[in-house]
Amino acid sequence: MHIAVILKQVPDLVEEVEVDSQGTDIDRDSVKWKLNEFDDHALEQAVLLKESSGAEVTAVALAADGVDQLLYAAVARGVDRAIRVTTASARTDAPAAAAALAGVLADMGVDLVLTGVQAVDDLHGQLAPILATRLGWPHVSVVSRVSLEGTEAEVTQEYSGGRMATLEVDLPAVLGVQAAPRPPRYVPISRLRQVMASAELGSAAAAAAAPALGSTVTRLAAPPQGQGAQMLEGRPEAVAEQIVALLRERGLVEA
Amino acid sequence: MAGVLVYVESDGERVAPISFELLAAARELAQSLGGDVEALVAAADTGPLVGELGAADTILEVTSPALAGYLPEAQQLVLVEAIRARKPAVVLVGYTSAGLDLAAGAATATGLPVVAYCTGLRAEGSDVVADSQLYGGKLVATTTTSTPAVFSVVAGSFAEANGHAGGRGERIVTAPPAGLAQLRSRVLGTTGAGGGAVDITKAERVVSVGRGIGGADNIELAEELATAMGAELGASRPVVDSGWLPKERQVGKSGMTVKPKLYLAVGISGAPEHLEGMHDAGLVIAINTDGDAPIFKVADYGTTCDLFDLLPAITALLKPAG
Repeated sequence: MHIAVILKQVPDLVEEVEVDSQGTDIDRDSVKWKLNEFDDHALEQAVLLKESSGAEVTAVALAADGVDQLLYAAVARGVDRAIRVTTASARTDAPAAAAALAGVLADMGVDLVLTGVQAVDDLHGQLAPILATRLGWPHVSVVSRVSLEGTEAEVTQEYSGGRMATLEVDLPAVLGVQAAPRPPRYVPISRLRQVMASAELGSAAAAAAAPALGSTVTRLAAPPQGQGAQMLEGRPEAVAEQIVALLRERGLVEA
Repeated sequence: MAGVLVYVESDGERVAPISFELLAAARELAQSLGGDVEALVAAADTGPLVGELGAADTILEVTSPALAGYLPEAQQLVLVEAIRARKPAVVLVGYTSAGLDLAAGAATATGLPVVAYCTGLRAEGSDVVADSQLYGGKLVATTTTSTPAVFSVVAGSFAEANGHAGGRGERIVTAPPAGLAQLRSRVLGTTGAGGGAVDITKAERVVSVGRGIGGADNIELAEELATAMGAELGASRPVVDSGWLPKERQVGKSGMTVKPKLYLAVGISGAPEHLEGMHDAGLVIAINTDGDAPIFKVADYGTTCDLFDLLPAITALLKPAG
């Protein structure tokens, strides 16, 4: 059983995300990048499957600044090996990533691909369904639990309102992971340093070119201002008094 | 190619609210682009559903025992075949769990462009201009896309009320795709909501905590405030995924939808997926040290006070003296 987990970096939204001078993309040089949180859960799910079933796990990411660090961290978390995929295009959108990865994954002979269900910059669609459709494999997204039974995966898919279903999927397949059954594990920095000193990252070159998107971004900007919250200012005690007064005025707490 | 095709979601008995929003959007788009509004409904029995689809000019019905229960693979086959047969200019899919499976998958299978996270759509000539929420709602991308194309639409973007009537409602029964006989996935079972110890969907007051709470040990601060307020404790997805609070308290897209009279959002940034679960709340008060957090766009009142100072201060004021 060979599992590939696809990782990518996204802007850390805790920091400012600025728009570039053309006004059509983020300023990629000023952004602080981090592992897509859903990919983090996909990685945890992959390592849990390795531990429970002895599957072999390969972490895969498109080559970019900072990606090596992310792949070393995946090795420190427990994957067997990590591969960066080089492409001719600088694009990282899901259709471009799927085109680059499909051939590489097929050559690797993987049985199961896990990746995050979505990313905050997936303007042109999410990776799991695009990759699976390119490969001609079944796919399920918004998955919160995966177990392996022979040549099948049993998965939990989540819907709105707290509803869930259990689906059985023949392998090979692609799953878009929303959450692993447990929070992603923490890796001590000493372990990461050890991995960076001893592990070797593999690499592969993508054969396919990025497909045309058929869609052009004409503007990227903050949402329109004008509406929104009335801001309460002052020291915490003063703001607390204003909030309690608002609640009492409306009868939302006992006077 | 002409017209707007809407992928209808249902639980087999009722059409999902998002589908009426899509039908409302489709009626607007069809007015500018021309062509019919077509509703694609695929189920084991479409009988209970067609009566609700009065906003469609044509209702494309696909029935098969293989379509009992929602199976992404089966639904994608039906949607792809409908796109190939009907050649719509625009395909609308909800940004739901099904939308995450199907919009990009069907677009890839048919070679069409796909634009995700749409909150606004308008026709310009034969192109569609879309607004999409990106970066957790911090930025809006405006795109121009040549048709035919697929768009996935965020819930709450169009008026559901405009998606119930206005079409001819002609029924077209279509044979199920041959591929349904060779599916490589199956539905084993489903579970409904509820069954947990708490039901936050009925709460009049909800104190909801987000990532800003910082860790499981700090949940206590919000718990004490909720107790003092007579509120239920809610949570955003990252808090639940981190194991700080149980799933039954999750508000948002893959959690519960709440409509309390008071929603106090503590350390929640307000990603579109969270807002989907609370946009019908009465009074919304948001506490977040990031003044640019999208939650302040939907809140009535907000403050950038540090929650670690503010929560105990509110709790102290609400607790009976002595």
